[in-house]
Amino acid sequence: MIIHDFECVIGIEVHAQLKTKTKLFCSCPTTFEAGDNENTCPVCMGMPGVLPVFNKEVLNFAIKTGLALNCELDSASVFARKNYFYPDLPKGYQISQYEKPICKEGYVDIVLADGEHKRIRIERAHLEEDAGKSTHHGNYSLVNYNRSSMPLLEIVSGPDMRSPAEAAAYVKSLRSILQFIEVCDGNLEEGSMRADCNISIRKQGDTGLGTKVELKNLNSFRFIEKALTFEFERQVDAAMSGETIIQETRLYDKDKNKTYSMRSKEDAHDYRYFPEPDVLTLTFEEALVDKIKKDLPELPLATAKRFVSDYGIPEYDAVVLTQSKALALYYESAIADTKNAKAVSNWIMTELLRELNDAKKSIEESPISAKQLAKMVELVDAGTISGKMAKDVFAEMWKTSKDPEQIIDEKGMKQVSDEDALLKIIEEVKAANPKQLEEFKSGKDKLFGFFVGQCMKASKGQANPSVLNKLLKANL
Amino acid sequence: MIDKDKVLHIAKLARLHLNEQEASQYAKQLSDVLGYIDKLNQADTQGVEPMVTASPIETVYRADEPKMDLGVEEKIKNAPETSGHLIKVPPVVS
Ligand SMILES: [Zn+2]
Repeated sequence: MIIHDFECVIGIEVHAQLKTKTKLFCSCPTTFEAGDNENTCPVCMGMPGVLPVFNKEVLNFAIKTGLALNCELDSASVFARKNYFYPDLPKGYQISQYEKPICKEGYVDIVLADGEHKRIRIERAHLEEDAGKSTHHGNYSLVNYNRSSMPLLEIVSGPDMRSPAEAAAYVKSLRSILQFIEVCDGNLEEGSMRADCNISIRKQGDTGLGTKVELKNLNSFRFIEKALTFEFERQVDAAMSGETIIQETRLYDKDKNKTYSMRSKEDAHDYRYFPEPDVLTLTFEEALVDKIKKDLPELPLATAKRFVSDYGIPEYDAVVLTQSKALALYYESAIADTKNAKAVSNWIMTELLRELNDAKKSIEESPISAKQLAKMVELVDAGTISGKMAKDVFAEMWKTSKDPEQIIDEKGMKQVSDEDALLKIIEEVKAANPKQLEEFKSGKDKLFGFFVGQCMKASKGQANPSVLNKLLKANL
Repeated sequence: MIDKDKVLHIAKLARLHLNEQEASQYAKQLSDVLGYIDKLNQADTQGVEPMVTASPIETVYRADEPKMDLGVEEKIKNAPETSGHLIKVPPVVS
């Protein structure tokens, strides 16, 4: 994407909350719906004299993610203290990996809407603990430490994306990988996955990097794309009018579709990192990596490729169908019941996903089951209903969750393919329209459409269009 | 060398209030400490792996099993001020 000879350079830091049962350094539960400060203990509240102890499952998840992202794994990674003062950080420092992260130098392959493939580099992925959550009320703030010390894996991409759409595609791909390997829920709205986007601009053809601006507060794919688009245009405007772009963090306001400066304090980035003396070097045996590698499930892109070769659907469709594990499972379970894999994919891509999106529902909450969708496709293929009727049946299934056969019965929607029945209708229509029949016979060919329409009407829309056409041709 | 300004900067980051005299005093003391570290820096460490911990033992892991010993009242008991079960602190965003 180019604006006035400028291209944008985007790199993304994704914070993925690992879905372990307990926190990173203490045994507090990680349940989402706990009461205020319920999921806390002296360790995650930063009481003096406590000792953080590392959660083994976090290591398994980090290795799994590193493998899925094609990373190099460091079997001796190190934690550091990142010091800053904020009430949601009870110790006054965050325990985070700094110089020696557990994963580095990997990549994610993404497929764009136009079919183009692109490789996005992963610079590193490091473990760290989350902070608590504070809310502000004018002359005081309130703090909840339930989230304090939740395990996060921060995945840092290379500055490899060149458009807001690529950025959104990358985050989507990353999310589906994390969901497929079951290490993260990937819920942007609830914050179990957070994407901070760094964007700078440069003249097309330049290779250096410009001053970057960090965008936060992007809790949907749409906002990622819109905020980056706004910010790209803002930076180009600034550059064109001779303003300097300053390195800063900006927040996205979804209501105004604008980004605005957080005006961070100048000292904010003086984190004074040093090795964390309370946590040992994170070591593991190669055997553990081998074991996890052996159990690694099929990843989204591999699944998409299999869908293309096994079911003959277009690659982009396959990528969309594998954007979540649940959707891929839905598709596979639907096509277990019908041979027409292409039609199922079309129905999901054009109708089901749109309805789910409008209703803000996940595929797990779909009122139409995979079995029902497959059955409907079968009914179309068998000629029981027409493609046009199927749209009405689909709408009714969406509303009522009823089986397609039941809807067809109740509404008397069956398609009429029986030739005798259709011939009877044709004769009636002919008898009712002698003038048009005369004109048609004397060469007015375009009246053919008129007779198709009349017969359709007479059959209450239930005539099988291809059988009707054939019979009309022979009998007018 | 650590000068007075540096001491005041670090004090500000740590939210510590120092007066002029304290700042000068700490500047000298910290410079002495770092001067000693400088001496260590003169040692030839070519080919020596950096030491990250004074206790080079295997990582100690904890099983991923939830456990809670205290009720929420107990846990927020030490907070100077609370509101419901939330901890109340001076304003951080004005
Ligand atoms: Zn805890």
